[in-house]
Amino acid sequence: MNLTVNGKGAIVEGKDSLDVNALLVELKVEQPDYVTVELNGDILERENFAQTLVKDGDTVEFLYFMGGGSR
Amino acid sequence: MLKIPKIIHDDIVAHAKSGFPLEVCGILGGTAGEISVIYRMTNTDRSNEHFMMDPKEQFAVIKELRGKGLEMLAIYHSHPETPARPSEEDIRLALTPNVSYVIASLAEPERPVVNSFRISGDKVQPEPIELV
Repeated sequence: MNLTVNGKGAIVEGKDSLDVNALLVELKVEQPDYVTVELNGDILERENFAQTLVKDGDTVEFLYFMGGGSR
Repeated sequence: MLKIPKIIHDDIVAHAKSGFPLEVCGILGGTAGEISVIYRMTNTDRSNEHFMMDPKEQFAVIKELRGKGLEMLAIYHSHPETPARPSEEDIRLALTPNVSYVIASLAEPERPVVNSFRISGDKVQPEPIELV
């Protein structure tokens, strides 16, 4: 399937759809537990990653939590 | 080397001061190691000791940068009362690859300090800032 991932075209070979967790593995995203995912403009709740299917033509954005502390 | 226009450097400090005593945070965009835009972001933690950005704002900024042909070059935040060096939490949460981590310290309010670091895993490398 063909996707747009973070603004660039991406091809996932041999799959018609994938759940979000599997897609992050497929995309070799490091530390996926710290990633926020947006699918077709909607930010996904982490607990829904496993049930949410990404399909051909979808637009996916992901980014890492940005946080820290001073102490 | 991270090149920061003086007006943006001063805006980082102004943001830190306006948010004091809370930590503030933001994103710096540009190209080829030279900052050209600053985005003040919301610290959803509203804390004196922590910050966390709002993912909705993050996505909006990343897309806007992309639309302008720019990249996210740095993530900045303030240390209201501690030095301008990464805390253990800063290092643990420095998850975004290939960006600079800029810290503005108000530990000495009359002499704010802005430093930059490259952080990968537990390795922290100070990065010179050139004001342009």
